Amino acid sequence: MMTGFYLISAFAVAGLILINRKTLFNNILIILFGLLQVGFTIYACSNYKNTVLQYFTFDSLGLLLLMTLSIISIPALFHSYLYISRHDETPQSRSIYFSAIIVLITSISAAYIANHIAVIWIFTEMTTLSASMLIYHHRNKLALEGTWKYVFICAISITFVFIGILFLSLSLQHAGSNDISFANLMAYKDKLNPFWLRLSFLFIFTGFTAKLGLVPMYTAGIDAKDKAPAPAGALLASVLMNLGFIGIFRIYSIVAQTSLFHWANLIIFIAAFLSIFVATVYMTKVVNIKRMFAYSGIEHMGIVMLGIAAGGVGYYAAILHIILHAFVKSSLFFQFNQLYRTFQSKSIQYVGNYFKYNPSGAIVLLLGFISATAMPPSGLFVSEFLIFRSLFEGKYFILLIVILLLLTIVIWAFGKNIMKILFLPVQGLDETKVPRINPWESLTQYVLLFTAIWLGLNPPSIFVEMIQDAVKILPH
Amino acid sequence: MTNVLLIIFIISLLYVSIANRIITYVRVLALQGFILFGVTFLQLKDIQTWNLVLIMLETIVFKAVAVPLFLSYLIKRNKITRETEPYLPHFISLIIITMIVVITVLLANSIQDTHLDKIFFIVSLSTLFTGLYFIASRKKIITHVMGYLMIENGVFVLSLAVGNEMPNLVNLGIMLDVFASVLILGIFLNKIGDVFKAVDVDQLSNLKDY
Repeated sequence: MMTGFYLISAFAVAGLILINRKTLFNNILIILFGLLQVGFTIYACSNYKNTVLQYFTFDSLGLLLLMTLSIISIPALFHSYLYISRHDETPQSRSIYFSAIIVLITSISAAYIANHIAVIWIFTEMTTLSASMLIYHHRNKLALEGTWKYVFICAISITFVFIGILFLSLSLQHAGSNDISFANLMAYKDKLNPFWLRLSFLFIFTGFTAKLGLVPMYTAGIDAKDKAPAPAGALLASVLMNLGFIGIFRIYSIVAQTSLFHWANLIIFIAAFLSIFVATVYMTKVVNIKRMFAYSGIEHMGIVMLGIAAGGVGYYAAILHIILHAFVKSSLFFQFNQLYRTFQSKSIQYVGNYFKYNPSGAIVLLLGFISATAMPPSGLFVSEFLIFRSLFEGKYFILLIVILLLLTIVIWAFGKNIMKILFLPVQGLDETKVPRINPWESLTQYVLLFTAIWLGLNPPSIFVEMIQDAVKILPH
Repeated sequence: MTNVLLIIFIISLLYVSIANRIITYVRVLALQGFILFGVTFLQLKDIQTWNLVLIMLETIVFKAVAVPLFLSYLIKRNKITRETEPYLPHFISLIIITMIVVITVLLANSIQDTHLDKIFFIVSLSTLFTGLYFIASRKKIITHVMGYLMIENGVFVLSLAVGNEMPNLVNLGIMLDVFASVLILGIFLNKIGDVFKAVDVDQLSNLKDY
């Protein structure tokens, strides 16, 4: 009941924002949506493991990611508000922006808790629509190019997922059933036809890599995160990637019960390794700061999928990693706008000595860098260490050594760029034009980063139990 | 009768591969829409009437009439030249698409499955790969869009194969068609044609690291 209320009223708020041109009413509606999102999350927690409206189940993984999304969406709305009020937007472009971001958050929430592959698919389509509106926000030639590429690649990916669903239904018909909800698939896991299931996994996996950011479909996401305004880019780089993960994870947990388990792991290993490799190559050359963050996200998703494929303690670590990564990466993107306001440039070449101009923001960047490269005391250190342990226990020694080498290169490249931004003076910067940045604007980033550290180093027992419950269905 | 229609569908793919003018592509897409209408009419017998009406409306109104009209309007409005400008000669395209069809036939014959009509599988898979080939081998953005529409037609054929048991999946496929086409064509109509004067994919390579 509450879920239906949430979906209808969230879309109603988005519609009202779209037609409304008054600033005050716009702000009230945004706050209303924030409250609605928080209220729905609390409702979801109180209905843990219940199924509502037939197609939505509040299971552990969905609930964990939903909470992550709600925690990130509040600062995202706040920073969007700051961004829009500073950029002298027309009321029309402002309403399109906010309405798109609300549709994006709502459809990601619904996709997290959906228990039916077709429902996930529908909401994934809606994220493509709303994300493309956000990417096209600046309405210039490059934004159009980014939007076009994103829409085209996502359209092909979503078609692939649909083909996968068709093959899945064929596979299920061999078991004499018609209902492709995950619970039913799990019940018929022994009778599924392996041939169609194999094709289905291939297509669904390939399709969702566009959202998750793995080889082969990662390309459009990079341009999208670059061209979208940074607060929206924070959502695209964190919670939207988690949506791709949940799509793959749910179908993988079915495939893992069948004879295709090892084959599926091999596919994931190949995609994950290639992703880390590609991310490493680009990280060493990149000069655009937002693209650098985006490629770092590709590398992290590769690590997460390695954990899934390696199994054992890797399952736990992968889910921990994807949650912590969402906090860290979104705070880096939120911080980017302050950096841009200081230097008026995205290029590392024209940015430097940030500690002098904005110490509080510089500390966020430094902490974010330490977290994103998984150095202690960051929480990602724990999860990444556990993933390496699972690779070690699975006896994938050569893979582990190569991955460690690649990650060292990533840390070197990332560190070189961040140190340049923080400490090296930049030529030709007119210091009188540097604005003073209010340190309170960095508060949300500190909260997100410290949440990531706290959850990694000293996780509350309920959090650990929920992750363990989420991976319980996978073979150990 | 269904088989005849589906074989005409395959032949239309071969015809597209040697077509010289963009308007031929549009006509073939319209023809494919009509063929899908016929196949739907013959194939889906066990589903509710209103559902069948919806599906047939989608094929005949949307696929066979609206989208082709819209595409030819786009071509006129944006003054897109009539040549298709492939990267490869037509002869090689013809050979490649023939190979695609042959390989899918061989693949389908290796599958023993009573739940799937083989010809649907062959047609949809070869349309899918042909669409991907068109996207990879043509220069203009609008031919990429047409390649995507062709992929959608192929997916629609596949959804018809399971449509009697799961009509909801066909409805989902319709949603995909309408949604993605409107999104893609909408961007194409409103923006790309205005902003980029010559609509070749070469124009879309400015977005990079800088």
